[in-house]
Amino acid sequence: MLSMLRTMWEIFIHLFRKAETVQYPEEMPYLAPRYRGRIVLTRDPDGEERCVACNLCAAACPVDCIALQKDAREDGTWYPEFFRINFSRCIMCGLCEEACPTYAIQLTPDFEMCEYDRQNMVYEKEHLLINGVGKYPDYNFYRVSGIQTATKDKGEAINESAPIDTKSLMP
Amino acid sequence: MPKVLVDGQPIEVNEGENLLEACLNAGLDLPYFCWHPAMGSVGSCRQCAVVQYQSDEDTNGRIVMGCMTEVKEGARFSLETENAVQFREAIIESLMLNHPHDCPVCSEGGECHLQDMTVMVGHRDRRYTGKKNTHRNQYLGPLINHEMNRCITCYRCERFYKDYAGGKDFGAQASRDRVFFGRQTDGVLESEFSGNLVEVCPTGVFTDKPFLAHYSRKWDLQSAPSICTGCGVGCNTAPGERYGRLKRIHNRYNYDINGYFICDRGRFGAGYVNNKERIDYAGLREVDGSYSAIRHENALATAGQWLNDKRVVGIGSPRASLESNFLLKHWLGPANFSSGLSDAEGPGMKQLIKVLSTTKANVPSVRQMQSADAILILGEDVANTAPRISLALRQAVRNKSFSMAEEAGIPEWQDAAVRNLGQDELSPLIIVTSSESRLDNIASHIYSLSPDAIADFGFSLAARLDGSDIEDEMVCGVADILSQASRPLVVSGIGSFSPDILSSAAKVADSLSNLNKKAMLSLCVSESNSMGVAMLSDEHTLSLASVMEQLDDIDTLVILENDLSRRLDRSALQKLSESKVNIIALDVIENSTLNRASMVLPAASFAESEGSLVNFEGRAQRYFPVFEPARDRLPSWHWLIKLASLDNDNKLSALACFDDVVSLLADSDKKWEEIVKVAPGQTFRDRGQKIPRQTHRYSGRTAMNASVSVHEPPQPKDNETALAYSMEGLNRDQPSTLSPYVWSPGWNSNHSVQKFQSKVDGQHKNQTPGIILISSNQNGFGESVSYERTGALEANNWTLIPIACIHGSEELSSYTKEIAELSGNAFIAISEDAANALGVLDGDGLQVIGGSAEISLEVRVVDRMAEGCVGYSVGYEETLSLAPGQTVRLAKDASWIRSKPHLIATDGASEASLGESLYV
Repeated sequence: MLSMLRTMWEIFIHLFRKAETVQYPEEMPYLAPRYRGRIVLTRDPDGEERCVACNLCAAACPVDCIALQKDAREDGTWYPEFFRINFSRCIMCGLCEEACPTYAIQLTPDFEMCEYDRQNMVYEKEHLLINGVGKYPDYNFYRVSGIQTATKDKGEAINESAPIDTKSLMP
Repeated sequence: MPKVLVDGQPIEVNEGENLLEACLNAGLDLPYFCWHPAMGSVGSCRQCAVVQYQSDEDTNGRIVMGCMTEVKEGARFSLETENAVQFREAIIESLMLNHPHDCPVCSEGGECHLQDMTVMVGHRDRRYTGKKNTHRNQYLGPLINHEMNRCITCYRCERFYKDYAGGKDFGAQASRDRVFFGRQTDGVLESEFSGNLVEVCPTGVFTDKPFLAHYSRKWDLQSAPSICTGCGVGCNTAPGERYGRLKRIHNRYNYDINGYFICDRGRFGAGYVNNKERIDYAGLREVDGSYSAIRHENALATAGQWLNDKRVVGIGSPRASLESNFLLKHWLGPANFSSGLSDAEGPGMKQLIKVLSTTKANVPSVRQMQSADAILILGEDVANTAPRISLALRQAVRNKSFSMAEEAGIPEWQDAAVRNLGQDELSPLIIVTSSESRLDNIASHIYSLSPDAIADFGFSLAARLDGSDIEDEMVCGVADILSQASRPLVVSGIGSFSPDILSSAAKVADSLSNLNKKAMLSLCVSESNSMGVAMLSDEHTLSLASVMEQLDDIDTLVILENDLSRRLDRSALQKLSESKVNIIALDVIENSTLNRASMVLPAASFAESEGSLVNFEGRAQRYFPVFEPARDRLPSWHWLIKLASLDNDNKLSALACFDDVVSLLADSDKKWEEIVKVAPGQTFRDRGQKIPRQTHRYSGRTAMNASVSVHEPPQPKDNETALAYSMEGLNRDQPSTLSPYVWSPGWNSNHSVQKFQSKVDGQHKNQTPGIILISSNQNGFGESVSYERTGALEANNWTLIPIACIHGSEELSSYTKEIAELSGNAFIAISEDAANALGVLDGDGLQVIGGSAEISLEVRVVDRMAEGCVGYSVGYEETLSLAPGQTVRLAKDASWIRSKPHLIATDGASEASLGESLYV
């Protein structure tokens, strides 16, 4: 008896509490920048695709929902010929972002991805690639890496000395 | 077995081995770089450091290199002492000083020994803040990509290329921390084993260029155990597939045959599997000559009309599986079966089998050839017809230095010391061929003779060894050398298309065996299943010539994976084109025989089907499909069962799966009894599961096909073999013949093979090396020799001798873009004297006139050529009208336009330019 009365009282005083309901979608919730939502592919500060098709995101993915194929530009730098994420399988765990050595793949604070047709949850590179650097404004993999590119000769990467002349007789 | 103490634990070791080997055998993870199981130790990288204690009282110990320390009973070592651990980490840290920050775009990544070793020692952060050294890359040809910045200067590449494989155009340059490995200038690597640099290099300096163009990580490749179809040696390979494309071929360790190395034809020659000219659908030629692809049901309906109550003759093929050839013969009957060997090769193969089944000598595996202490090569250009054997011969001539080392008490694995001691001392290698060979530079005696003279020489040599009184200085000299050896090896083969040479080799081997020697006889064959199809042949088997003669009595011809334009002369081909016979051709790729066919059925390549191949020793081995055949392709054996059931052949239509075909073959003749033991059947399970073709980290399963449909299809079922198109199951304790790839925790590179071996460089833990189907009755060849010799030739008349080329002579590999690029032009090889007499230079044109043929070929002036002989490149489209042994006249072609030398790309030419490379 006493417990029933207590329960009724507890419910009654809830009438005077502030409502927690958020009027979504009119009122958008705050999502931190590091929220793990829809995945994007970003560009480096020079506007080139950051993804080098190293396949580490695909390997890290616990549900195997990332598939890609490496291709190369004229100057030999790698990029993905296709890059596909099956969001109907994605669990937004963020392991791909952690695995990415070039900050190309990033999770964004956007979870509004409902579709009536599941096929529309398959995103190709054109759907994933954004025109921005995402959370990491400065990093450009090819500036650091010791690989030659169209704009950077051997020895011009950060912390590199000029190529060795193997025919030199100097000690 | 002696025991040593490692960190207080006693481990059993083998007498004479080094500590690194002992640790690896005991399952301990000791990092290393410069040591290689096949190349021994030089102690240059300092990575396998351990602490050795002098006695029980010694608590400090001293650091020694594992690979340079011989194990002795009771010796005490520690891997885990602070000193040793710190030392090894410091070594990696210093090796990594100049390593570029490029693992994500390195095609070694994921199967990189440097990555594995770095993780193993625990090194993580770069502390050195100075600048990194950089290097310019070189263009090394269409097969190998060079990225020198990744080098850790372990010297393995140079040791393999120069010391092991005998290459001359590659080496170390510059000094101290500026050492560079490459060629003197940009250019195509000359060695036919250059592809092994990809696997020998512990980092990504040398990588597989065609693979790089369509790169996938190792963990993403679907693999199956396979056998190389490039030649008759039967090296084991592990092809990898992804997205329906054959991506690359890796070596698959087989103790008896290829060990750790395969040749470039084997590694890069399978690109034809992805060629656009592959046959995808069945096709039918209408009466008006037009050809169109049709549904295979319709094709089979038409084929039924051509088969019922008609005379049907089948032509087999030395490049089709044993099972397919057998089904063809079994279906149509022995009297309606032709082996498909050319008329130049057929009698030779028959002779070869006769030799192998009577010889008194042993028929060695490739590994056993390495033990020979004197070698006689009779009329075979081994480096081009059976390249892997030539690599074994290169090791065999070192036996002299190994015996010197043994006397001096130096263990065999002390590579630098043994080479230093041996210097140029080589075991005798006597080469008796018509033209120059790549082994000439290690030969002790070289003789250039015409094929007839080679046979004569062989017979005289045998007679001399039997004790006859022969004056000839050359014969006596060679006989003395061979009779002093304790394990002489005679190598010959079908390469010069001369049965007489085979007989003479058999005679020599028998004579050597009579002298109480452990003599060995090895005979090379030309194609991957030449031996199998020759063994299927019997007295009823038709030769190609007799098929052509009977053409008018034949209603339907079934051609199994055989391009007859490579085996018939022009008049026969003409006859075939004009005849009314219905031709049903099964093949993998567009060729000129298909242009003559009335119906084409798309056959699956070796990478999409299963089958057995019989190699040069008579060893049957099984290959398995790496991926499912696409579109309407089916394995040939499957097509043949379908065709046979149209023909109301109840026996064949009852065959439900591949294992049934194998059982039928086994029951058909006593010599095939053992064939069922070649590999486990499809019911084999390891711990209740099939063997997975995919690695446990195969990625993208739910996204690969999502562009077509988001609903993932079930994994394809494999009802024919014990392998699964899946990552489920274990790749651990199954027989070696079912081993699709090597991987072990912490060992992502192919060095993980040691985890599958019973001991380092030893047999597979569960060794199933194939089954030898030919056993000799040891009676000796014993045939009295009667043969005709062509008389002296008139002036400007030359005898044609075939010259095989590693790139270009083999049919299927030449449909691979890179191989086609390397094979260059067809040529006519003449000696310098002949060139002077004819007034031509290297690169000029020569008209070759003989029989019906009159063609112009590029001149290649060679170092040596037998008197009265000229060589021609075998297997090239231009030279198909030439026949071995033919007499031709030569004249300078005044209108010949010299071809431009190959353009050589430089460092600037990037990897992208190979984007449109072969695997298109």
